[in-house]
Amino acid sequence: MTALQIIFLIVSALLLVSAFMVVTVPNLVRAALWLIAALFMTGVVFVLLDAGFLAVVQVVVYIGAIAILFIFAVMLTRRVMTDSGPQTNANWWLAGLFSLALFGGISWILLGWDGANASAPAIDPGLDTVTRLGTELVNPDAFILPFEVASVLLLAALIGAVVVAWERD
Amino acid sequence: MATETLIWLLPLPPLLSFFLIVLFTNRNKLLSHTIAIASAVLSWLAGMVVFARALGDDFHHLGEHPFESAINWLPTGTGAFQIGVRIDPLGALALFFVCWTVLMIFIYSVGYHNFGQPEGDHDAKGLPPHGATVKHDGHSHTVPSVEPNYSRFFAFISLFAFGMYVLVVSDNLLTLFVGWEIMGLCSYLLIGFWYAKPSARAAAIKAFMTTRIGDVFMLLGLAYLYAQAGSLSYSVIFSPETLDHLAHESAVGGLFGLTAAGLIGILLFIGTIGKSAQFPLHVWLPDAMEGPTPVSAMIHAATMVSAGVYMVIRIFPILAAGGHHGELTPAMMALAAVGAFTALFAATIAIAQNDIKRVLAYSTISQLGFMVAALGIGAYIAAAFHLMTHAFFKALLFLGSGSVIHGVEHGVLHTGDHSVDPQDMLNMGGLRSKMPVTFWTFLIGGFALAGFPLVTAGFWSKDEIFADAWFLYSHDGNGWGLFVLIVLALAAFLTAFYTMRQITLTFLGEARTEEARHAHETPWTMTFPLVVLSVFAVGIGWFGIPDDFPVLGGLLPNLVHGVAYTLPEEVELAELVFSAVPLIVSLAVALLGLLFGWLVYRGYRAGQADPLKKSLGGLHTLLENKYYLDELYHATFVRFSEWVSETLTYRWLDQGLIDGFLHTLARIANWLGTNLRDRIEMPVISDGADALGDGVKIFGRNFRLIQSGRIQNYMNLVLVIVVLFGVLFYLILQ
Amino acid sequence: MIPLSWYLILAAALFCLGLYGMLARKNAVAILMSVELMLNAVNINLVAFWRYGDPNQVVAQVFAIIVFAVSAAEVAVGLALVISLYRNRRTVIAENVDLLRW
Repeated sequence: MTALQIIFLIVSALLLVSAFMVVTVPNLVRAALWLIAALFMTGVVFVLLDAGFLAVVQVVVYIGAIAILFIFAVMLTRRVMTDSGPQTNANWWLAGLFSLALFGGISWILLGWDGANASAPAIDPGLDTVTRLGTELVNPDAFILPFEVASVLLLAALIGAVVVAWERD
Repeated sequence: MATETLIWLLPLPPLLSFFLIVLFTNRNKLLSHTIAIASAVLSWLAGMVVFARALGDDFHHLGEHPFESAINWLPTGTGAFQIGVRIDPLGALALFFVCWTVLMIFIYSVGYHNFGQPEGDHDAKGLPPHGATVKHDGHSHTVPSVEPNYSRFFAFISLFAFGMYVLVVSDNLLTLFVGWEIMGLCSYLLIGFWYAKPSARAAAIKAFMTTRIGDVFMLLGLAYLYAQAGSLSYSVIFSPETLDHLAHESAVGGLFGLTAAGLIGILLFIGTIGKSAQFPLHVWLPDAMEGPTPVSAMIHAATMVSAGVYMVIRIFPILAAGGHHGELTPAMMALAAVGAFTALFAATIAIAQNDIKRVLAYSTISQLGFMVAALGIGAYIAAAFHLMTHAFFKALLFLGSGSVIHGVEHGVLHTGDHSVDPQDMLNMGGLRSKMPVTFWTFLIGGFALAGFPLVTAGFWSKDEIFADAWFLYSHDGNGWGLFVLIVLALAAFLTAFYTMRQITLTFLGEARTEEARHAHETPWTMTFPLVVLSVFAVGIGWFGIPDDFPVLGGLLPNLVHGVAYTLPEEVELAELVFSAVPLIVSLAVALLGLLFGWLVYRGYRAGQADPLKKSLGGLHTLLENKYYLDELYHATFVRFSEWVSETLTYRWLDQGLIDGFLHTLARIANWLGTNLRDRIEMPVISDGADALGDGVKIFGRNFRLIQSGRIQNYMNLVLVIVVLFGVLFYLILQ
Repeated sequence: MIPLSWYLILAAALFCLGLYGMLARKNAVAILMSVELMLNAVNINLVAFWRYGDPNQVVAQVFAIIVFAVSAAEVAVGLALVISLYRNRRTVIAENVDLLRW
């Protein structure tokens, strides 16, 4: 077992624990904080996968924006600062069952798949992922259209969020 | 106008009148009788023109070339029934007496039904008028009231007249039968004219049913004749070929060794028995007196009963077919036997009747028997002659009797005693001075009926019959001639006797009741027809005096003998030679009968028993009750048919068999229906549909629960579906 | 060296945790958080396949960036809805928002 694998296992464990806490802790503020941890761990996983740019984006966008947004939302929608009572609905066992079954199913498929044990190819040292991404995203022959659609989507979400959350008298 | 066209149009005015009255004018009495009489006048006028042209054409020529015209009527498989008109000498003579009597009866009806009199106090439709009370000079008295169904009467007699005209002008037996049946219907309607009287209703039904028996046989005869001859037109069926064929073809089934002609003749003659009231189907005629008197005259003199005799005279060639000179065919024997018997039989009943109209009714039966018997012995001319004279004098007598009844009813209204029967001769007497016109005309009619020598028409026609009968016996040695002569002579004696009895009881002597004392002469509308008819009752005979009769013979043209030219040349008639025997018989029976009648009844007093009762004893009772024939028929035929209809048909056949069958059918259907409903419809179809509907409803009611509105439930579902499809695709792609 | 399956199983586990959270949590904000977890799991998958596929192709990274953008938009709109909901109904419990039902 290499060091990298050990690091991976640790990171994975942290990530899953964080995620588990997110979905189980009754207190939403804590859940939001656990979410930040989970998102951060995801970023680490990205680093492990040699995707530095995405790791940065993960930290900036998710932790910097989305998680903060969650915390705001939690605080805005809480009448009392303490959450009492069960935070799960009556069908939580069903949800758990489904999740476990799905996980079992996926694992079973993966274990039976030949490509599952493939090892990562070596990365060309001259490959500049960030540059490539930048040129590809604005290249008319590549991903300009999805890029622009995404920006339109963001704009629509921006306006939509404002409109929906607008406090009418 | 061409004569044929005129003949075509001749029957139509009364028909038109019938429809006009029935449809439009029946609320207006004046208009109704004006239309009816106008139609009768039109037909009379046409009839007279036709008759004049027929006379002008000379009967010999007319016999060979009658006025005739025909068109196709009903197409049949092999040709067509024809409808046509024909006036030959016989038709012309019949037309003559029908026109006159019909017109007179129409006029007479106006007076008889009290036109111009006030409405009755409590008259009801369907009942004879009861009289009306009028105020006059401060005190009220009762006068006759107008008939409530006045217009209806004129409508019916118009239709009746139409039927008779159709019958007379017809050129074939089929349309003759149509006219015959129209009259049958009208006689039913008219006899039952006062339909609220049970006796009138019963009489109407009796007349209809009795004549129906004859009609059915007649129709059979027509059918058989049509089958044999292929036509019913006179020109065809009386052609020598057809007669020859009929005479040599044996009857269907070889019945009694008859020839086809014999069987047809007898079947048609049975029609006459019904229509002309011969024994044994005569019973309806006396009862038909329930109708108003003009109806009696119409039915018993001018038209309906004459129609029967007219028809047998028409078919005489068929009756005589196959016979030889001086011999009688079986059909003719039947006629002779039935006719002679009826003549005597009815005459015996007539002497014991007290109802003035009933006497005349039996007298009619008797006289019709004379005609039938005459035809039976081959006295074709005599039969036609007697038919004609009888039509006039019997119409005269009936109308006269109606006048008498009317006069006595006047007395009844005066005294107010409605228990007095105004038709009973025993309640009369002494009317001679009260009703002179009626008396004299009745006397003429009565003498004509009795055959008063030399003057009256009845004498000449009856004498002709006797002469024929005697000739048949003396010349051809046929015993039928003697038999008929004796029987008819006896009948003629009785005829004279009861006629004189009637006259004596009615007019002579002293009034026997208060009612008779207050009778008075009837209005001119009633006496005028009497006068006209009395002229014919006398005068018509002068045109039938045999040419070789001493002194009187040949003074006037013998028109009646022209009837013989109607017959095809192949039918031989005896050439009569004058003989004193029948003349003496005729004179003797007439004069003796009249004398005895007067002698026996001249001293009759009110309340006395009939003088004949003493001398005849139990026989008189038998006669009075008409030989109990009505009772016999009632006990046999009527009871039998009642049993048949009540027990056999109604109870057994209808209720038991047919109803039972139907009930079974209904029960099966009901059972089937119930089972289908209970076993299939209700549990399967109905409940199935309900279950389907309920199922959808229940399914919907339960299935909608997944539409909980909770997003996580939806997600659960989505997940389940996605996983299911994923597994499915995975397995498929595997 | 880490086998590909490790990443994939990690992503699956993360996804299933997110799924559980999404189905079981009452709070609408928590549900949104769980959705974020699932999106992250997807992203891990994408990046793992990029790394273990052809690293010279940047399609997977582009895809991941689009996912970022979409999740940002989703969270923005979703939280706006939650706030609006809270303002109107005084609740953020998903179960209580069931107007659109039978």
